[in-house]
Parts: sequence; C-alpha cells; structure tokens
Amino acid sequence: MSRWRTAAGGRVDRAHPLAFRFDGTRYEGLAGDTLASALLANGVHLVGRSFKYHRPRGIVTAGAEEPSALVTVRRDAARVTPDLRATQVELYEGLEAQSLNRWPSLARDVGRINDWLSPLFPAGFYYKTFMWPKSAWKSLYEPVIRHAAGLGVAPSEPDPDRYAQCYAHCDVLVVGAGPAGLAAALAAADQGARVMICDEQNEFGGSLLADRHATIDGTDAATWVGRAVAELAAHPRVVCLPRTTAFGYFPHNLIGLAERLTDHLAAPAPHAARERLWQVRARSVVIAAGSVERPLVFPGNDRPGVMLAGAARTYLNRYGVRVGDRVVLVTATDAGYEAAIDLRDAGVEVAGIADLRPTANGEWPAAARAAGIEVSESATVLGTSGNLRVAGITIAQTTASGAGGARRSLACDAVLMSGGYTPSVHLFSQSRGKLRWSDAHQAFLPERSAERERSAGACRGVYDLAEAIADGLQAGADAAPSRTASARRIAATSARSTDGGHLGAVPLASEASQKSFVDWQHDVTIKDLAIATREGFRSIEHVKRFTTTGMATDQGKTSNLNALAIVARAIDAPIPRVGLTTFRMPYTPTSFGTFAGPSRGDLFDPIRRTPIHEWAAAAGAVFEDVGMWKRARYFPEHGEDMHAAVARECRAVRSACGLFDASTLGKIEIVGPGAAEFLERLYVNSWANLGVGRCRYGILCREDGFITDDGVIARLAADRFHVTTTTGGAPRVLAMMEDYRQTEWPDLEVWLTSTTEQWAVIAVQGPKARDVLRECVEGIDLESAALPHMSVAAARICGVEGLVMRVSFTGELGYELNVPADYGLGVWKAVHAAGAGHGITCYGTETMHVLRAEKGYIIVGQDTDGTVTPDDAGLSWAVGRKKPDFVGRRSLQRQSMQAPDRKQLVGLRPRDGRTLLDEGAQVAEQPNQRPPMRLVGHVTSSYQSAVLGAPIALAMIAGGRARLGQTLVVPMPGGDVAVEVVSPVFYDPKGERINA
Amino acid sequence: MLLIPCPHCGERPEIEFTYGGEAHLVRPADPSTLDDAAWADYLYMRSNTKGVHAERWRHARGCGRFFNALRDTTTDQFLASYRIGEPKPAIPTGDPR
Repeated sequence: MSRWRTAAGGRVDRAHPLAFRFDGTRYEGLAGDTLASALLANGVHLVGRSFKYHRPRGIVTAGAEEPSALVTVRRDAARVTPDLRATQVELYEGLEAQSLNRWPSLARDVGRINDWLSPLFPAGFYYKTFMWPKSAWKSLYEPVIRHAAGLGVAPSEPDPDRYAQCYAHCDVLVVGAGPAGLAAALAAADQGARVMICDEQNEFGGSLLADRHATIDGTDAATWVGRAVAELAAHPRVVCLPRTTAFGYFPHNLIGLAERLTDHLAAPAPHAARERLWQVRARSVVIAAGSVERPLVFPGNDRPGVMLAGAARTYLNRYGVRVGDRVVLVTATDAGYEAAIDLRDAGVEVAGIADLRPTANGEWPAAARAAGIEVSESATVLGTSGNLRVAGITIAQTTASGAGGARRSLACDAVLMSGGYTPSVHLFSQSRGKLRWSDAHQAFLPERSAERERSAGACRGVYDLAEAIADGLQAGADAAPSRTASARRIAATSARSTDGGHLGAVPLASEASQKSFVDWQHDVTIKDLAIATREGFRSIEHVKRFTTTGMATDQGKTSNLNALAIVARAIDAPIPRVGLTTFRMPYTPTSFGTFAGPSRGDLFDPIRRTPIHEWAAAAGAVFEDVGMWKRARYFPEHGEDMHAAVARECRAVRSACGLFDASTLGKIEIVGPGAAEFLERLYVNSWANLGVGRCRYGILCREDGFITDDGVIARLAADRFHVTTTTGGAPRVLAMMEDYRQTEWPDLEVWLTSTTEQWAVIAVQGPKARDVLRECVEGIDLESAALPHMSVAAARICGVEGLVMRVSFTGELGYELNVPADYGLGVWKAVHAAGAGHGITCYGTETMHVLRAEKGYIIVGQDTDGTVTPDDAGLSWAVGRKKPDFVGRRSLQRQSMQAPDRKQLVGLRPRDGRTLLDEGAQVAEQPNQRPPMRLVGHVTSSYQSAVLGAPIALAMIAGGRARLGQTLVVPMPGGDVAVEVVSPVFYDPKGERINA
Repeated sequence: MLLIPCPHCGERPEIEFTYGGEAHLVRPADPSTLDDAAWADYLYMRSNTKGVHAERWRHARGCGRFFNALRDTTTDQFLASYRIGEPKPAIPTGDPR
C-alpha cells in the first residue's frame, strides 16, 4: 500500500487491488477508486498540460466540475475516449489512460515555451498579433498554433460500441442522490408516486459519502445512505439509476439522461450496450444537483497539488487518500478548516492556514488553533513555487492601505483552497427558470420556475445538512401527484459550517508576476479579463466570447462566478448587472454514440426503394439518392463510364425505345364532388374543362406566386383525379393541399389520399413504344386517334389491371404504365422481354434529365429556385386566364412580377460547340470583368446532348427571351466561355415526335 | 421536445406534429379586390408575439388534422388547443408547478 493511502476508512476495497497504466507507467489502485484518486494515492499530481500555455496541471476537484485533469482512456484502437475527467473515470483492472497536449512527454513538454511567450497570446490575440505578413496566418501561424493548442484527439476509427435508447415516464424524477435528493425520493415514494432517481456517480449519497462528522437518524452518514438506498431499491415504484447524468432539461419536463453501463468494467460483455439514453417525461422534477466549491484566484494557483479543500476531504474520507504530506490551507470559509482538520487527523501535517477574512473565530478556526495550527487572518497569497508540483507558497497579511504586510513562505506539497460554494443551477437554467442574485449567498439562486420543477437543497442555497434534508422531503412530497401518507421526518446534525466565502481574485493578485488563473481549462487569467474590460466589454456574454472564459468543456462550473466578480469589480458594477452566461446542455460532455443510438449506417435515415429496385441492381444500375429514394441513375454496359452509358441510353430512346422506372413520382388521388373545384382553386391551370380520360400538365404556385411543384394530372372520372407531383415534393404538396382543404375551403367535399407507393410507374418512351405496348396491353386502342398525347385509359397491362397514360417527359412518343406496386416488378420484366425485339433499352435518371433538357422541360427545384413565376419559366400558356382566383394569382398581378427584366428561362449553346458549362455558373454580358462583376443570370441545367452532338444548357437570364441570338459569357475556372442565347427547346421544336 | 395537446387525440410528442404558423389569418374571399399593400399584409405580416400566441399545428403523423393552440412563446407552455373554426378561448393563468 502506498504511503498516501490510509490504513482504513473510505469506500474503497483494500482487499481488491487493481493495476492500471497512466502514460505507460504501471500503478496500483483499489476497487472503488476513480482514476484521480488512484493517481493521488500513488503520489501523482501532474496529470496534464494546459490548453494554451502548456503549463503543468494537476487534479483540482473530485467531481464532474473538474476543469483540469482531462485524460484519454484507451481500451483498443477504436475504443479511445478523449477529454474524460479523471475525477469521474472509475478504475478497473488494466485501465489505460494518457495525458493530453504534451510532447514528447508530460514532464518534458516543448510546448511549455508558450508559457514564456505568453505576452504574444493574450485574450483575443488572434485579433492583434501574428498579423504580419498577412499571408502567413493561413499558412504558418494558424496551423502551428492549432497544433500546439487544444485538448484530446478524436478517435480515428468508427465507434464499434453499441448504444441503447429508451423512453420512460414517471410522476417524480429526482436529479441528484445526495442528502436532499435521497430525502425527496423517499418522500415522493411515501406519497405513492412513481419515482425515478438518478445520480452521475457510481453510488448514491453525494456529499454524504465524504462526511465524517454528520449524524442522520441517529447514525453516521454512510450507514444512513446505505439504509436509504436499500429502501429505495426495494421499493416497487422507484427506479434507481446510478452512473446516470441528467445532461439536459428539455421543454415540458423531458429530461435527457445518459447512463454509463460498461465503462467501469474491465471486460464488458461483447454485445452489451456501452451507454443508454433515457428520455424521461416526468410529471414533476426535483432538482437536487448540489453545489460546487469555488477555487480561489491567486498567483500560481494552477500548480499541480493546488486543489479544492472539499476535494482533498473527499479524497481522504471517501477514497482513503492523503493528497500530500504537508499542506497549506488558503480559505475564506469555515468549511476549508474541516478539510484541514480531517487531514491532520489522518496524519498529514498542516503547515499553516491563510484566511482571507479579517477575523476567523468560529468553531472550526478555534479547533484549528487548538490543534496547534497557525492561522493567519487578513491573509493573501503572493505566489507559489515548484516546477511540476507545488513546493511552497508565499502568504502575506493585507493592511488597511492594501499593501502587503508581513510575508511568510511555507514549504508544502499540496495547497487546499476554499472560496465558498456555487449552487449548481445548470438544469434549472436549462428549464428556462429565472435566477436571482442573492447577496446573502453571494450566488445566483433559482427564483421562478418555468416548468413543473422544484429545486431542493444546496442547488438553491440550502447548505445546512438538516435543512437540506428537510427541503428535499418537502420538495418530494409536494412533487407527488397526491398526498396519501403523513410526512416523513429525518433528524440530522452536521458539524459543517457554511460561513464565509470569497468571489474574484484575492487581494494584490493583479500586482503579482505569476499568473492567477480563473478558468483552468481555457487558460484564462485575471489579466485576460482585465484586457477585456479595458477593450470596453461590459456584458459577461461578450467578455466570455473575447476571453473564452467558461467556454471549455466544463462550461465554467468552477470559474464563472469568479470571472463575473472580477469583471464587476473592474467596471464597478454590481454582479447582477454584469449578467450571467447561459447554461446549455449537456451538463457534462455526452458521447455522440448516446445521442445516435442505433441510428447509424443503414439505420441513419430510412431508404425508399421502388418495386423494380432489385432488378435494376442486378442489371448493374448505378443509383443516386433523390430525397430518401434510391433511383437508378444509369445502366452501364461493358465497363462504360457514365458519359458513354448516358449517350447510348439517349440514342436508344430517340431512335427506338427506352424503359424507365418512374415509380418514385409523387401521386395523390383527389376524389369527391368538389375535386375539380379544389384543383381549380389550387393549381394555376383550368380543370373544369378537362375531359374524363384526359391529362394536363399542372403548375402549383405558392400564395406568393412562385412555382412550388408541377406534374401531370389525369382525370379518371368526373369526381376523380390522379395527381402526380415531383419525386421530392409529394409530402409537401399533400400537406399544402390538406391545409387549404381543412382550413380555407372546408366547404368543398373532397378527399385526398397519397398513392405514391400504391402504383409502380413504368415509362416506355421512344418511336417504338407503341410497338412494344401492343404486345403488353389489352383492352384499349393504342392508336393516336383513340389514345392521343395527354390521355389516360384503364387497361390490362401484362395481365394486370392498371392505367395507361400517354405522357412524355422525353419529347418522344411515350406511355407511362401504372400498375399496382406489388405487380410492378413482374410487369417491368414482361415489358422488358416484349421490347427485346424492338431494341428496348433501360435508362436512368441521368438520361431522363438530358432528354427533358433537350426539350426545355423544367425540373422544379433545379431550374426553379422558389423565385420563379410560371411566366419566368416560359409556362404562361398553362395559366388559366379566365379563372377569378387560384393560389398565387393575386401575387402574380403585382407589377414587379411582370417586369420585363425578370430572369427568364432560356437555352444556352456554347459558341465553341464543345465546352460543357458548369451548373450554377453565373452568366455575364461582358467578358473579362474584374470583381464586382455585372451578372445577368445563372446556368440551371447543363448536359452533353447525344442527339445534337453538342453541349446544351438551360439558364435563367434577366430579360432572357428578348436576348435570343445574343452572345453572353459564362466565367468558368478555365476562362470565359462565349454562349449563344437560344430557345430552351433544343430538339424537335414543333413537337411532331410526341404526337406520332 | 414539446408535448402538444391535439384536441382530437390528446397530448402527443412534438415529432408527431408540423407547425402551421400564426392562426386566425383568413384568406381573403376575393384577393383581386385587395390593393398591393393589403395583399402583402396578408401574405407576409405576422404578429411575432412575445407571450401568448395563437398558432396552427397539424397532427401530421397522427390524425392528420389541423388545429389551433395558444402557446406562450416565452415559456413554450400550451394554454389551450381548439378545433379549426372554433373561436380563440380566453387565456387561463396559473403557476406551471
């Protein structure tokens, strides 16, 4: 057993030693240790290098608030977790941990040079230094500074672990299982409530786990905790969750809990979930989050070995670890004395006590003096000494004039500091509760709740043990939905005094040459805060962003209030006026795995596949994502690249016949006596005059007059329409339709049904399409006289009842076969077989795009961008002129919507006949302009046209239709490309092929 | 995540709903009679309330129906929900606890 481990006491198991490694060195700890307590038990205080200055750093606290002792824990190459607080890492056999931000080693770190160069790195240094030469920032300064700064390194391999997620409901959720939380859970359960209680630590009890002096219900604290936990665990309506952090408070009492399931185990079961996310909807919440001890801000306060007095007491009483052989206490509270006396009772020499207060004569200071410890009143700290561990401290007496009086240097190997307590109001703040500043507590306390929530105990400034337990009992009983039992009483006495406290820097700190740290993790000193106020920052929100104080992974749990007090003093304003920064979730860093749960890889996002997908995949199709759909993009043959495959597919459709899976088209069936009137009011086109059995291209605008969707609409019966939408637009269009149907026009008798997934759609396009269909379709006449372009008929298709729509998005004679989705694959195979003798060729979305662009057919969302009217897109022919109203009509009447210089859809052909334009490229009138250039439009679609043997493009150009024949230029990476403005219809402008 | 009271189905989590913007804006019966300013007012101007706001929701992944609700935009607490066509109810008050 190491000489720093006590012979007995605490909650560690001396019969159960555990071996572990830190930076490669083997040490031994005990079951029940944290990594921090085990390191301290081995006399290791130096555990890391600081973020900016690479200063040697140690362990400051014993809990979640730890700002300094961050480590990487490594199980294997993929299981690497950076930036864990050593104070929260439970020890297991074989644990491997590494320090951060040091090279080549923790003890000899070359980055330390930053500390001596620190005048170059003050707050906001990146605004001021390293400015010359300008180009060196990107190439030299920033990369070097970024390399030198920072914390742990993210793992390089995918996370192999499994993460679980679950939902839960309860009457009362108690956050925190210290004295107030345990009391609240017991009281709520007494009243018949369904209770959940969680605590971030491995065992319940909170501050009681390190309390030597308290008596509760006639017994010592540890025994009482054991009884209370046993009672809760045995209770049928109580769920106990240790190792579970309440990291976020979301609206309407949804609390996010992160439960750590296996991180404390030496050999987790292979398929066990590592962490579990609980989303708890609680009828009522009791926050019993406790409080955090504040460090004192004095020169040299960051040396390894300088720690909170309460942390030293916790290491001693809970873990059986003495944090040094000879300690000095710097305190502004009576509570600090308790730690010093506990340590002295455990055989540690207390070299002296420096009390900031003018007089220290309470019960505890008296006890210290009685024990022969020298107590200096009105004291301050002038500095500390020691390289990788504190070796001494210089204290002085402050005088009325402020100048330092008699000074004393004390040799020591640990310094305890106690600046008072800061209530943990993080969750309360996240719930949008309002805080108020309490002068009596020198802290912000919960004032007004925004949710069904109550705080209890130290997190609302009730520090005394008996009072905190009573507060918890009251909160638990009040939070229960009903009162059925008489109130429980728990008697408690505590020796702890919560008198005293100090905010901000100690006297004379700003005159010292050593740095006084406020925020350990971001290396923020009092000097940085002084610079910020000198620069004119007044609000703490601005000071925070300028200095980055409180912005590290600990969210300033130990630093915020000190920073606030220092700024308040500097600008001579009361603390509440300086404000408080916003607390945001998560309370402590939470792994991405916990949030993601099973939603990874194939389960990240749903995938929609058409009935023909497997056939296309087997045929070697290359797929693209369109919304959630997988669509076949092209069907390469014999090692073709996309360019060759698309050119072949295009030629096949133009010369023979193509087969295309259009099943992803959005489809909505509109039925009822009011169906035609409904479409009349919604779409820009006229519908009343559309005959049964006929189709029409419809355009849907928003109320602001801009195109939002388009598609062919077929009238199947007087009161039944088959509406198609864009692939991505179907849910949006249906929602818009429902909105008007339910809220604006409830007078119309009409029903809307999504039929997207009910129909498989097989497009057969090309001059031979009719020949193919003759072999597949029964019961209708396919000739143009009977089934002209834009008509629809019910028919038997390869033996299946379906709809034959004569429509074309290619400009060729074309049909779209609609069959029930379950028959889609069978019909597709039959049509493909029937077409074999006619040169049928499967084509994908890329060919579809080329063919439609050759015809100037727009794709909503590609050629339009939410600012395009029907007229802009050259579609004014579709607008029902005689209609009194439709959605968007009034907006289209505005003068600016008819201005002749609006961007209009045109075609572009590169003058050189070779250069493929970039989609999204800008279009200018004059070549060789320098920025800022005068631009007249942009390219929306651009393809190599196989049938024309040249590249073509669609573009939106200001006043474009009046520019036909003009030459414009498109600036491209290789230089300006001259283009001719042409009609957007590149192929078969008379439309003869479509009517063949 | 909000708990939203659908007047047809009861309280359900927010993921089942889509937001529909401010309530009680009625599309003019004949928009062509409005001048540009009045039409722009209908189209774009919203009250941007700090406090109790009447707004539309749709229980899109539930019953599918639109309804109106009163929500305090400063606390996200729902004070009432009611069917389309029903008048805006009086605002209840009370401590959330």
